[in-house]
Amino acid sequence: MTKTSFLKRDEAVGLVILALIIFVVFPVMLDDFRLNLFGKYLTYAFVAIGLVLCWGAGGILSLGQGVFFGLGGYCMAMFLKLEASTPEATAIQSTPGIPDFMDWNQISALPIWWQPFNSFAFTLVAIFVVPAAFAFVIGYAMFRRRVSGVYFAIITQAIAAIATILIVGQQGYTGGVNGITDLRTLMGWDIRPDGAKTTLYFVNGVLLFVCLLVAMAIRKSKFGRVLVAMRDAEDRVRFSGYDVASFKIFIFCVGAMMASVGGAMFTLQVGFMSPTIVGIVPSIEMVIFCAVGGRHSLMGAVYGALLVNWAKTTFSESFPELWLFGLGALFIAVVMAFPNGLAGLFDDYIKPRLRIGRAAPATTPQPAE
Amino acid sequence: MQVGILHSISGTMSISETGSVQAEKLAIEQINAQGGVLGRKIETIQEDGASDWPTFAEKARKLLVNDKVASVMGCWTSASRKAVLPVFEQHNGMLYYPTFYEGLEESPNVIYTGQEATQQIIAGLDWVAREKGAKSFYLLGSDYIWPRTSNKIARKHIEDKLGGEVVGEEYYPLGHTQFNSVINKIRLRKPDVIYAIVVGGSNVAFYKQLKAAGIDMTEEAPLLLTISVTEDEIRGIGGENIEGAYACMKYFQSLENENNQEFVAAFKEMWGDDMVIGDVTQAAYLGPWLWKAAVEKAGSFDVDKVREASPGIELASAPEGYVKIHENHHLWSKTRVGHALADGQYEVVFETDDLVEPDPFPEGYQ
Amino acid sequence: MFSGYSLPELGAIFAMQGFAGLILFSVFVLMALGLAIIFGQMGVINMAHGEFMILGAYVTYLVSNAFAAYMPALFGAYFFVAMVLAFCASGFLGMAVEWAIIRHLYKRPLDTLLATWGLSLILQQAFRSLFGAREVGVTIPEWMMGSLPVTDLIEIPINGIFVMVLALGISAAVYVMMYKSGWGRQVRAVTQNRVMAGAVGIDTERTDRMTFGIGCGVAGVAGAAFTMIGSTGPTSGQAYIVDTFLVVVFGGAASLLGTIASAFSISQAQSILEFFLSGSMAKVITLLVVVGILMLRPQGLFAMKLRK
Repeated sequence: MTKTSFLKRDEAVGLVILALIIFVVFPVMLDDFRLNLFGKYLTYAFVAIGLVLCWGAGGILSLGQGVFFGLGGYCMAMFLKLEASTPEATAIQSTPGIPDFMDWNQISALPIWWQPFNSFAFTLVAIFVVPAAFAFVIGYAMFRRRVSGVYFAIITQAIAAIATILIVGQQGYTGGVNGITDLRTLMGWDIRPDGAKTTLYFVNGVLLFVCLLVAMAIRKSKFGRVLVAMRDAEDRVRFSGYDVASFKIFIFCVGAMMASVGGAMFTLQVGFMSPTIVGIVPSIEMVIFCAVGGRHSLMGAVYGALLVNWAKTTFSESFPELWLFGLGALFIAVVMAFPNGLAGLFDDYIKPRLRIGRAAPATTPQPAE
Repeated sequence: MQVGILHSISGTMSISETGSVQAEKLAIEQINAQGGVLGRKIETIQEDGASDWPTFAEKARKLLVNDKVASVMGCWTSASRKAVLPVFEQHNGMLYYPTFYEGLEESPNVIYTGQEATQQIIAGLDWVAREKGAKSFYLLGSDYIWPRTSNKIARKHIEDKLGGEVVGEEYYPLGHTQFNSVINKIRLRKPDVIYAIVVGGSNVAFYKQLKAAGIDMTEEAPLLLTISVTEDEIRGIGGENIEGAYACMKYFQSLENENNQEFVAAFKEMWGDDMVIGDVTQAAYLGPWLWKAAVEKAGSFDVDKVREASPGIELASAPEGYVKIHENHHLWSKTRVGHALADGQYEVVFETDDLVEPDPFPEGYQ
Repeated sequence: MFSGYSLPELGAIFAMQGFAGLILFSVFVLMALGLAIIFGQMGVINMAHGEFMILGAYVTYLVSNAFAAYMPALFGAYFFVAMVLAFCASGFLGMAVEWAIIRHLYKRPLDTLLATWGLSLILQQAFRSLFGAREVGVTIPEWMMGSLPVTDLIEIPINGIFVMVLALGISAAVYVMMYKSGWGRQVRAVTQNRVMAGAVGIDTERTDRMTFGIGCGVAGVAGAAFTMIGSTGPTSGQAYIVDTFLVVVFGGAASLLGTIASAFSISQAQSILEFFLSGSMAKVITLLVVVGILMLRPQGLFAMKLRK
């Protein structure tokens, strides 16, 4: 561990730089279209920050974060869809006033569990409570029985698969494979024009910083240190009298809530939610964002999400037939050559030259296991 | 003048969408060889939707906002179309959408060059009831909106109009590869017709397993009628595994008319002799031509003017024969029934006398 | 649902449904055996397992084309050649991958997941560039495509019997290799204690490479067999990944017997549910039950007791 004072100054500089990039550089440099794109990338950063806490700090690798991202996204989408489905707008349906996809599936009344989503306050609460409750159930069942590592990863992956099949199969209630589309206004405010997208970008940025600060606070607290100790020697922490399972459940719930907030912002900025964002492939990609950024670095996670998504867009625009080679190679390279991702590169090569503060060699934590 | 092409060339959907990209490129090349549109050459900008709906929305926005394309040929699945639709409506773009689909949509910013569900389904059901005396049907599909909506329409038609009976209806997840259980259920129920709307890789598994289970489709007991297997899919399934099945759609590669012979020859010359052409590929080929006709009628590339000019546009040179754009932006077209041969082609056994009117919001089938 | 049917008819249907369950069982065993070796014995999470299977399927496709072009008389037998070549192709690729990537990551099992995911993307794109984005049609020899009428009512698909025989054969071969051969002893020794195994003179690097190669080779054979019942396209492999991992984990990762027992129970559950419910719901319920049981019994059905 490096000295506390040094760490603080370092982090403050990092935060200011990140804030400058998100709030000044991007809005000035990018046109509306690209800015909206980067806003979408940043919603994945929420998931990546949650993963740094769970995986980098806690050693819990979840391959089901897409489910939590989706829960938040669907909560928000349900609210927006109900707002868009006014009786006037849906007059041609056989039952006006319900979402169009329900009408297509012969559902003639709004299901009971949809009804609370008429309220924005309930929706906001649900965005936090629903994923946290779900994560608690999974976490309680698994961590109490000391399921960990690889097994946890594979079970969460299966949960992502189940969630996708369920959402697609219950299309009368969920919009099926098309998802919930054609969202228009948030409390009367049109979210579609470029101006609204720019506003949402800034809201997204502020939320991301709140999230980042919460995560930093958790890591700094005694709780965070127990978490790291647990990752490195779980049994010793258990023998010292700590309730390892509770710690793990808590951090898993926090990660789930962060993913969920990202999902809700995704729905707002992209304008729809669909099961393709819930499944196995996006869930693994979210882990990749975190790995590329550096699994131990909260700010690295943000850069990782930005870089991978930007690379994906750029590669696929310039070399549509070849971009998967590039993406695949990137993953392999990160794992093999730079296990601590961008943050590791920065610590090893750039920081020594910058001589920030006293040239205290920052010890790079080694990857778990 | 630039036109966008927006299909998946990576990911699971690239299997289906490749043919559409090829047809659209062929049409644009032919248009340029004839001197372009309003005297201007057409350039294409191709984007990859990567089988991912948010990516489709993102790329659609790029094409419309950054590249300012005059129109976009693209999308294949309904989900991708639903994802890009708000983008096209917001930025006032024009999309030419090639796939046969479930209907229930009528956007001023989309020209639907494939058939909507009632257009495709009803003629085929009428035909099996009339010609084959079919009374009982087993409906089977992949689990998503197109098969479910199509089966809903089919069930209404079978029960209300044909006086037949639906003895089973079920859905399997996309990508499912084990169909032995449903094959046993089909044996138990002994339907006259298996009505199958299985898509993608599941198709291959379903037909291979059906054949291996001893259900010989050439004996027509039960008869198999599908609306999801074009010549393109048969390449993966293998002609010998689907021989004897019937398919109901608007175009088959074997159609005998001059337009089609020229089209097939040109397609093979551009993309290779081993290419096959399915219904959607042909519908994708219509997109650029319909756009060209509308632009020339309007005398402008302006989207509003093109939209105004579109209804009533006729295309006598279409490979499927004469088509015409309806007020509701779908095409008037004939529906045909094909009989699958072992070489992977269909033999056309029935064709509607008149053009079938597109009806995306069918009364009585909701 | 069963009114109006005679007893023999029902009996025949149930017999065939039972057989369908056995075919599904064999498919699961074939899918999972390769992974059981790699994941169970070596702890490597190989997300590219499906792509190794599809490589086998593409080899089958090439061999069938070669036979059709040069040796049409022997076409009926090409499948056996194809399986051997599929084993070699996937096996050698596996050894190359082990040498280039996996051996650097043995201490970081979760990282093998990320690296092999990258590998699967590369392989998918390679298949697409080489063979095109469309699925290829593999022509199956005529004798394998029919069905065998057992009674008037019961018909059993020949390719199903073939898959079952293959699953049995490969299981037996893997069992003998793992538990009766010197090489198997070495593999198990390395699994249980790498340092001690090295200390007593086992070439652990070579053992790892062989193990990984054989696991991938078995996946290749499975892929070759699946051309009879499934599709062959660049992304077909992804359809198998979740089922495969669940079968292995459910069985208790380190136990081959467990893998087979778990393949049996999952396949029977799914096939019975499929018969009484719709396909989608059957799949969801099966997966939920498996995940539920795993939450209650995380070590799987058969756990090997290991000292950490």
